[in-house]
Amino acid sequence: MARMKFLCDADRCIECNACVTACKNEHEVPWGINRRRVVTINDGKPGERSVSMACMHCTDAPCAAVCPVNCFYTTADAVVLHSKDLCIGCGYCFYACPFGAPQYPKVGNFGSRGKMDKCTYCAGGPEADHSKEEYEKYGSNRLAEGKLPLCAEMCSTKSLLAGDGEIIAQIYKERVVRRGYSSGAWGWKTAYKETIAT
Amino acid sequence: MARLLAHARFIIGALALMFVVAMAMPTAAQQRNPDNSVNPTASSVKEDQLLQQMRIINGRGSIPDAKSYNLEQPAGRDWRQFHDVTLHWIGAIAIIGMLAALVLFYLIRGMVRIQAGRSGRTLVRFNAFERFVHWMTASCFIVLAVTGLNITFGKTLLLPWMGPEMFSGWSQWGKYAHNYLSFPFTLGVVLILLIWIAGNIPNSIDLQWIKRGGGIVGNDHPPAYRFNAGQKMIYWIVVLGGGAVAASGYLLMFPFYVTDIAGMQLSQIVHGTVAVLFVAAMLAHIYIGTIGMEGAFEAMATGEVDLNWAKQHHSLWLEKEQARTGPNESESQARAAATPAE
Ligand code: HEM
Repeated sequence: MARMKFLCDADRCIECNACVTACKNEHEVPWGINRRRVVTINDGKPGERSVSMACMHCTDAPCAAVCPVNCFYTTADAVVLHSKDLCIGCGYCFYACPFGAPQYPKVGNFGSRGKMDKCTYCAGGPEADHSKEEYEKYGSNRLAEGKLPLCAEMCSTKSLLAGDGEIIAQIYKERVVRRGYSSGAWGWKTAYKETIAT
Repeated sequence: MARLLAHARFIIGALALMFVVAMAMPTAAQQRNPDNSVNPTASSVKEDQLLQQMRIINGRGSIPDAKSYNLEQPAGRDWRQFHDVTLHWIGAIAIIGMLAALVLFYLIRGMVRIQAGRSGRTLVRFNAFERFVHWMTASCFIVLAVTGLNITFGKTLLLPWMGPEMFSGWSQWGKYAHNYLSFPFTLGVVLILLIWIAGNIPNSIDLQWIKRGGGIVGNDHPPAYRFNAGQKMIYWIVVLGGGAVAASGYLLMFPFYVTDIAGMQLSQIVHGTVAVLFVAAMLAHIYIGTIGMEGAFEAMATGEVDLNWAKQHHSLWLEKEQARTGPNESESQARAAATPAE
């Protein structure tokens, strides 16, 4: 089995937000919830960089560790998924997540939260693959069809890479060698406790 | 004057130009790779360098949710460490430690008796309103404590034998209870602050009381007014601790209304820490109010205490009460009336 990862080559990201749109559309993500987003650092200034960010499907995921009801699980492909049936909407995963991935619909009382929603790596949830329930709760399950996450597939500059960690790291390394510069594999140190030596 | 200004402007302008040129020169040199090809990212931000500069890497986004402009906050891992390890240790040591201390104390000291025995005559210690406030706060506290500790320890203690579905169901209800009962609890803390503050200002009698071990250790009976130093401590723990859990709790309950991610993490740290210490302190309070001391529980149950109990534990308060109302008025005659043969 592969160890699935995301890698955003920020030197290629042009902040087109196609990944965000692709994700929203593919999974019919409700208004106000963003499983993926693009953040621009130093916007309009020299040194500006944009990075597309979503759940990084961390090794030893902090969200899973702090969840008071253990609603997270890791698949054989190392994708971090969760059960909306078990989630109680306490919001703790958002405090622990280094990447701001967990999202909550505002359906509860006070400022409280409904069941958490986040990037599934296009791999659905605990329900049967391609079932109606799975689609309604988590969106489509492309991984079960042998396809990679749509955000990366749609990326116009191939900045966002998804796939087995070793393979996408290799692609990134080759790019860096060829063009001669890199601004780092954003989030890798925090998510996977490793960087790509370039 | 105008000439002078124009002159100054010229000089400043020239200096600024020199500065810009001087600054640009090394950068221009850097923008080339060793093989002399152009490096368009020489000046671009690098993750490593940002991580060293700031705790949260943030920028700008195009969606309304301002929280999403934080790209990375590795500090989440520190919070995880607190939540999963530190808080568990603080909680376990405080609560189990307190329980162990109380059991040990009970085995050694046993129940503190009314030494002169019951007089059969009672006087009012807490009126109906005071007792209502006490029990409203106390019952909310117990539910808040159980449902809160469930968030901290439930996964370890209950989940294995409840199973995931049942445990999530119970935790969901626990969350509702924790949210809703926070309101009467907070009201109770505010009322406690107001109705009992007069008797809870520390004074010199307290020092003596503490020096003499409060009559709990040993068989001494140091004098005290309505509340002794130990009770005053409980009062201030409730008022200050209750205030702290309420303030931090409402920050958690209304997430991101007034604070950011670091503030939310800090709120949880304060809330969790104060809460488990609060629970430990209340265990001692419950102990002394029930099996720890004869004649104490009825003060909050019926509102009346035995005269000899008052003499033993709150001699100065008793004197004051009797001076105020006269010995026979403040003492309930109910018992004597019910048993005329005595
Ligand atoms: C007074 C108002 C209070 C409010 C508004 C409040 C609110 C909250 C909230 C929103 C949470 C986060 C978890 C969740 O959503 O269920 C929480 C957790 C917790 N609360 Fe409270 N609470 C209050 C009082 C108390 C009291 C009196 C206690 C204990 C005696 C307590 C103990 C705890 C504990 C132990 C946790 C879990 C901490 C952790 O493991 O992260 N709370 N509270």
